[in-house]
Amino acid sequence: MGLDSKPSSTLHGTASHDLADFPVPTGREENWRFTPLSRLRGLHDGTAAGSGTVVVNVDAAPEVTVETVGRDDPRIGRAFVPADRVSAQAFTSFEKATVITVPKEAVTTRPTVVTLRGEGGGAVYGHVVVAVEPLAEAVVVFDHQGSAVYADNVEFVVGDGATLKVVSLQDWADDAVHVSQHHAHLGKDATYKSFVVTLGGDLVRLSPSVSYTGRGADADLSGLYFADAGQHIEHRLLVDHTVPDCRSNVDYRGALQGDDAHAVWIGDVIIRVEATGTDTYELNRNLLLTDGARADSVPNLEILTGEVAGAGHASASGRLDDEHLFYLQARGIPYDEARRLVIRGFFAQLIQKIEVDEIRERVLGAVEAELGS
Amino acid sequence: MSTLEIRDLHVAVEDKEILRGVNLTVRAGETHALMGPNGSGKSTLAYAVAGHPKYTITSGTVTLDGEDVLSMSVDERARAGLFLAMQYPVEVPGVSVSNFLRSAVTAVRGEAPKLRVFTKELKEGMDALSIDPAFAQRNLNEGFSGGEKKRHEILQLELLKPKIAILDETDSGLDVDALRVVSEGVNRFGASGETGVLLITHYTRILRYVKPDFVHVFAGGRVVEEGGPELADQLEAEGYERYTKATA
Repeated sequence: MGLDSKPSSTLHGTASHDLADFPVPTGREENWRFTPLSRLRGLHDGTAAGSGTVVVNVDAAPEVTVETVGRDDPRIGRAFVPADRVSAQAFTSFEKATVITVPKEAVTTRPTVVTLRGEGGGAVYGHVVVAVEPLAEAVVVFDHQGSAVYADNVEFVVGDGATLKVVSLQDWADDAVHVSQHHAHLGKDATYKSFVVTLGGDLVRLSPSVSYTGRGADADLSGLYFADAGQHIEHRLLVDHTVPDCRSNVDYRGALQGDDAHAVWIGDVIIRVEATGTDTYELNRNLLLTDGARADSVPNLEILTGEVAGAGHASASGRLDDEHLFYLQARGIPYDEARRLVIRGFFAQLIQKIEVDEIRERVLGAVEAELGS
Repeated sequence: MSTLEIRDLHVAVEDKEILRGVNLTVRAGETHALMGPNGSGKSTLAYAVAGHPKYTITSGTVTLDGEDVLSMSVDERARAGLFLAMQYPVEVPGVSVSNFLRSAVTAVRGEAPKLRVFTKELKEGMDALSIDPAFAQRNLNEGFSGGEKKRHEILQLELLKPKIAILDETDSGLDVDALRVVSEGVNRFGASGETGVLLITHYTRILRYVKPDFVHVFAGGRVVEEGGPELADQLEAEGYERYTKATA
């Protein structure tokens, strides 16, 4: 790989707003090979019947404006271009979009909570734009609940010097299917912190991506997931460093338990020729709590410049460490409790990063509930 | 009066026999030093009694006050009153020292101590061992120096108040100041006369601070000689050579 070459990554080769540019995936493609297409309910091949319902409710901070707009709103698709078939399907199929705007220099006094409640039926397509204008600061929570077949795109446009913290909770009912693209478009000196928590759903495939437009921007992408028997939970990250002196940090951790619990983590980081001074690190860890669970973890770090401030990645999937359990048990702590302490510890540093108290408590509670089962 | 009784204990690791018929009795009020060269099986004895899954008991018995220790799980052994201070305590990410200690104390005592009482108890214990109070919030053993890990082991010993404590080379890797602090902790623990200590060591240095009543020489997976404190002086002067030759 020469310094002057283009990224060799073929994962993100196509980018288009036009569905026709994306052939129906067969499952052999690199970006679909881990996803069980038969469980997508037709979201990938145009056969998904419409007519389902996902009720979107926004409890907004007072400084924020919320609008429901039609497809022709000029703010839609400005910062983002679909890069896979389902994303393009959602982009060409949604009827109403939600646009959340944080005005210039506004500092929101409380989180804006977007609740998306699935009420069953067929497929639903969604679109959300969160625009944080220069020097503004906001926290936005997405809370996905209920039963749905849902494909959506969420655009985060973070202006120069602005800060956006996002928590996205996928707490769906057991039969839900959710395929989602979260794209963050960062201005100069912007700060973007994303915290993804995926717990519920039959199949959840969430693709967070980040692009940079000015120097000095900072992206921090965290994720926590718990895959139970039969669940397919897939997170596909792409951070594309195209400008100098930006940072990215990725930390995704998951636990898996039960037959055919399947987690997939793809972490693509590209540092382009012009992105000198980039500082990036990505980490994925999986804890396999039972036999029959499977974790696929694929970090890809592609560096096209010789001048980086830091670049690294790590991936580890394994069982609970017997030596950890022995140490705790040797102090009288019963096995089940020792196991809970170690698993809680595995997630602890990550959960502490959630800055919204009630969400942090809820995630802690959800992890406890998973450990109790 | 508590008694740990080890009778004709044979232990294997992956089909290789390490312990070949260990006999040892430790009673409350006694301090025993188990001394031997590297590779003689001293640590194997400690871990086998604690119940580490890597070690297979092929024959023999271990009882604590007549109860069969070998049929107990690791945590049951600890709750029955056995304690192993480890030579290499593992780092457990994300589990804080205070959370760990409180869980252990709750398990061993059978009820959760009142938070205020526990906080005081913890502070006093840490003060006595010159442990920085900030330690309580750190992750278990993570980034601790060798000396800090050993002090922390002794802190657990003092909080859990077992009947019989096995200290596996707690003196190794300590400078003189840390050795003194750790030894004082062991002596405080033994001072009640209601507890027994089995001190496993390679060196005689710690025996200047913790006075043994009995000294056992361990070589080739068994106790090969027993005596009083004078035996340690003899080992200091002569080394282990004559025992290693005899068992080779």
